Amino acid sequence: MTTTTAGLPSDDPEDRDGPPSDDSEGRAAPPRRPGPAPAGASPSGPSPSKSSPSDPATGVPPASDSFARDALPAPRGASRSLLASLLAPHRRRVAVVAVLLLLQQAAVQAGPLLVAYALDHAVPALRAGEHGPLLAVAVAAAVCAMASGALQFGFIQLAARVSQDVLLDLRGRIFRHAQALSLDFHERYTSGRLISRATTDVESLRELLDEGLQELITIVLSTVYISVTLLWLDWGLGAAALASGAPLALLLRSFRHRAHRVYSAKSSAMASIIVKFTETLNGIRPVQAFRRERANDTAFARLNHHHERINGDTLLEMARYVVGSRLVANIALAAIVLWGACRVASGDLALGVLAAAVLYLRRLYDPIDRLGMFLNSYESAAASLHKIAGLLAQRPSVPEPAAPAALPPLADGRPGREVAFHEVGFAYRTGGEVLPRFDLTLTAGETVAVVGATGAGKSTLAKLLARFYDPSAGRVLLDGVDLRELPTGTLRRAVVMVTQEAFLFSGTVADNIALGRPGAGREEVERAAKAIGAHDFITALPDGYDTDVRKRGGRISAGQRQLVSFARALLADPAVLILDEATSSLDIPGERAVQRAMDTVLQGRTALVIAHRLSTVEIADRVLVMSDGRIIEDGPPDQLIADRGRFAQLHQAWRDSVG
Amino acid sequence: MADTAQTTNQTDRTDLPQRSAVRSLLRLWPFIRPVRARLGVAACVAVLASCISLVIPLVLKWLVDGPVAARDPGGAWLGGAFLLLLGLAEALLFGLRRWLVARPLAGVEATMRETLYRHLQRLPVAFHDRWPSGQLLSRGTTDLQLLRMFFAFPLMFLLVNGVTILVGAVILLVQRWSLGLVLLAPVLPLMVLCSVFEAKYGRAARRAQDQVGDLTTVVEESVLGIRIIKGFGRHRSQARAFRELTRALRSTELGKARLLAWIWGCMTALPELAIGGALVCGAVQVADGELSAGTLVAFLSTALALRWPVDSIGFLLAMSNEAAAATDRYFEVMDEPAVEESGPPTPAVRIPPRTAGAPTATAGAGAGAATDQGLVFSGVAFRYPDAPPDSPPLLRDITLHIRPGETMALVGATGSGKTTLTALVPRLYDPTAGRISLDGRDLATISRDEARAMVAVAFEEPTLFSATAAENVLMGGAASRPGGADAQDDELRRALAVAQADGFVAALPEGSATQVGEQGLSLSGGQRQRLALARAVVGRPRFLILDDPLSALDVHTEALVEAALRQVLSTTTALVVAHRPSTVLLADRVALLSGGRIAAVGTHHELLRDNPEYAALMSGEGEGAR
Repeated sequence: MTTTTAGLPSDDPEDRDGPPSDDSEGRAAPPRRPGPAPAGASPSGPSPSKSSPSDPATGVPPASDSFARDALPAPRGASRSLLASLLAPHRRRVAVVAVLLLLQQAAVQAGPLLVAYALDHAVPALRAGEHGPLLAVAVAAAVCAMASGALQFGFIQLAARVSQDVLLDLRGRIFRHAQALSLDFHERYTSGRLISRATTDVESLRELLDEGLQELITIVLSTVYISVTLLWLDWGLGAAALASGAPLALLLRSFRHRAHRVYSAKSSAMASIIVKFTETLNGIRPVQAFRRERANDTAFARLNHHHERINGDTLLEMARYVVGSRLVANIALAAIVLWGACRVASGDLALGVLAAAVLYLRRLYDPIDRLGMFLNSYESAAASLHKIAGLLAQRPSVPEPAAPAALPPLADGRPGREVAFHEVGFAYRTGGEVLPRFDLTLTAGETVAVVGATGAGKSTLAKLLARFYDPSAGRVLLDGVDLRELPTGTLRRAVVMVTQEAFLFSGTVADNIALGRPGAGREEVERAAKAIGAHDFITALPDGYDTDVRKRGGRISAGQRQLVSFARALLADPAVLILDEATSSLDIPGERAVQRAMDTVLQGRTALVIAHRLSTVEIADRVLVMSDGRIIEDGPPDQLIADRGRFAQLHQAWRDSVG
Repeated sequence: MADTAQTTNQTDRTDLPQRSAVRSLLRLWPFIRPVRARLGVAACVAVLASCISLVIPLVLKWLVDGPVAARDPGGAWLGGAFLLLLGLAEALLFGLRRWLVARPLAGVEATMRETLYRHLQRLPVAFHDRWPSGQLLSRGTTDLQLLRMFFAFPLMFLLVNGVTILVGAVILLVQRWSLGLVLLAPVLPLMVLCSVFEAKYGRAARRAQDQVGDLTTVVEESVLGIRIIKGFGRHRSQARAFRELTRALRSTELGKARLLAWIWGCMTALPELAIGGALVCGAVQVADGELSAGTLVAFLSTALALRWPVDSIGFLLAMSNEAAAATDRYFEVMDEPAVEESGPPTPAVRIPPRTAGAPTATAGAGAGAATDQGLVFSGVAFRYPDAPPDSPPLLRDITLHIRPGETMALVGATGSGKTTLTALVPRLYDPTAGRISLDGRDLATISRDEARAMVAVAFEEPTLFSATAAENVLMGGAASRPGGADAQDDELRRALAVAQADGFVAALPEGSATQVGEQGLSLSGGQRQRLALARAVVGRPRFLILDDPLSALDVHTEALVEAALRQVLSTTTALVVAHRPSTVLLADRVALLSGGRIAAVGTHHELLRDNPEYAALMSGEGEGAR
């Protein structure tokens, strides 16, 4: 425990996603269990993380629980309007699809009519020795058959095109949106959920589009066709058939209502399974080393059984619906046939008409099951769409500027820019001040080291400068321009932050470095790697720069990963470089190489360096000592050592430790 | 972008000789076995229900030919009642079938998922190095959902519809064999079409599923690496990989749709043609007086009732093929041999676990007696199984003896294999040659489970799990020492104190019961590292492996942790990977790892004086050595 003076007991509140609860406003609720809030107990206990209010744009109450429950608020009807906006660009093709189906249904549904015609006209004509009508029937049947096949063929292909384009669009939207959302969102929304949104939830929409939409159109069309044909054949029979629709509609309504509930629960249950799954896979080393397998089995089994239960519920809901609807349909069929038979018996109805009507009636009720299946996939997709819409409704808390400003040109070729914190304060939205108001100016080209115990607010300072967060008060200026007015592209070219966490993406080493400046050639990549001292180890890899880093850089040591991160930052060639504990896993020669690179390559750039190792301080022009969110010492290192203040103590401790 | 190529290369097995779909699906039997009775009954119920659907037209025929034609209202009532009865039976049987399979099928899916998860946890780390987790995840989610749907529909309905078609064919032939033959004419060409389709579709389905897996991997990485993506604005190649993968998936899916369109088109057109043919022939026969109008109606009605079973064969086959591909993907992982967990019972005498605080019996005995006690590496070599065959092994000849109770620092240039060496001790990897022994017992004869109980590790990357802070720490030792709740509390307090984590843990909203990890409070790097350290020391392990345990701590905290850690290390056999002098000073001796060998062993000062490479590593001067 390092800092106790002001009750900021923990390491880096800024690394946490949530606000420390404030004594004056201790309403911050604990993350997921409704236990008593720690407010009041300690003046500023570190805070529950999941309790920052959700996005102001959606105007919903604090979303503390919505994150925990995996139910981000989406405006009413959001899932429907999402679906509409996805389908909108394909309006024309959807229309063509509908027409194809319309014609196809016409061809298919002509069958019984042909039967009626054959029985009532062609047979008597044939008996009269006239072959014409039968020939007509034969031709019509052949045409209908071929047409229905060809239309089916065309329809499937076109429908698949629409559905695949919609999915492509949706996947892209989720991906881009997730990347646009601010860090504080990602820190609260677990990665497993995001993966679940982009995979299983999209998958359920695919099922709806692939099977459901066709089903729905077919069902609607065939119902309309058959009803109209029945009415045309015999008004009474048709009306009776239509009347049976009322109880079916009621059944359908209640089914929809219940299905909605279970499917929503199912999608959440699946997401928590995915969360557990990814957590285990990504931490497989500690899982095995600490023999967590059995404990994980149990935990997973619990989640899995919950999903199994709900999964079973969805299937049972369907079973209930099928029984109900079939009962209604079969009772109606029996009643109508009986009535028709009586009418034929009384000479009120032609035999052929009854025969056709009976055939049509069976068909009329055929799609009931399919309607249920459609509703199944619809509800499943709606639940998923709702979650996706909730995700897409999140607005980045560091939004793009409405009126982007440009940075002034660099003054006489110097690569650095001036940074000014003007009246800046930072507090989490639920209260809990991390940085009280302060002013700070970093002159262009200056290397400033920030030291201080963990929890002092160093990382928050860095994140404000990198605009991972926006300040709650005041402005952060880069060469006089507010960071909030800079478009992301400009900002990221000007300010680059390297953190302790050195994640490598799958792809080659060169790809990972080139990420710093897309479009950089191999020579530039190598130059950056050489400057940072990473060239030797990279060339020693099996395929040199083209070596695949595999799954999350498994084969590249932590120190090497940090070197790659540095090379990436170097290649980005920013005006302002922020290093947040970026050398923690480097060995001493590695650290020296980095320092040399900063001396030479980054000469003239503005740098903000946070480091535990005070060796970094040796190259700094200026040192800030932070404590409890305040800058308590500020000056050149030599002067601070001479002043015998906090920094002098830290420096002495460090010298001792280096021994 | 190499992403795509790389990930697909790894898992794209579509070029492998295609196994037949049936053979693949048969492998699912062990999972189906427990629910076979229910499924069997459900299948019978389904057959019964669809036979009733076939009988209903016969009743209609009887109605039309008999009472209606005879203008007999009484008979019509009888027929109506019969129709009603059949209708009720059909509805109830439909429901019964679904009710019968609902829970069991959800159960099968869950069992398969759980089995996969258990298996994945027990697969060697080398396997996980090779497989992107997105591919594994997609097997556990979308593939299993496909399989559940397969059990619910294609499996049952291929059978049911087959029987229905057979029964229907018999009814048709019995009613009027000539018309029946006309109707059955398309069966042969359809069967040929189906078999051609099946093979092609199976391959396409497999490709699509692999692409979904790759897509999952890209999505996962883009989420896990979000800080970097944010820091640099945008990860273009990642975005490109995503775009390319989604496009590729789209074209595969369109290919699948094209196949589907062909088979469905034929499946629709040919039977319709046959029905048309039967209608014309029937009409001729009716006109000739050879056939009653009622028979023709019933006949066509039966034929129409058979249309769905015939039509559906196309998509049932498609689903079966997707299921077969999913099964292959599932078993690709399940067929990987898992590491045995408990292993062979070790013949060696069990060394009783040390009691708390007591020094190792041999700790003070000095060098003499303890030649094979402690942690001994002799001639250990290791190369990663997926390393290029011509590359030299990462570790060539490691010979090192860490005496009982001794702390050995392991120093080496970045990438020299320090972390790999530490991974051999808890048997995360097994050496390719040589021998490691723990207190005289050959590590190869100690089961992984036992080895991991003896050895505790603090990894370079301090991963916390979604659990309370206390659970995260106690998982280090809970299994080996059951103890009472109080004993555990004491242990927890002690471990937290050693790692200087007691203060910040107590200040968490719910103290040590606060949820941390991905689904809880996210802690800073330094806090995570201290919890991971506490986790390593909590069980008072006999062997302790610390991989750069203090890298994320500030100087002040580091000094406090060092002081507390010294006490623990004084009685524990430990290997500590160190990058800087402050960490090295925790150790009694230092081993320098260079070129896959232990190049030198000695105290810090000896090596600093005598070994230029070591001096360079520790001082940063004269990097020529690197």
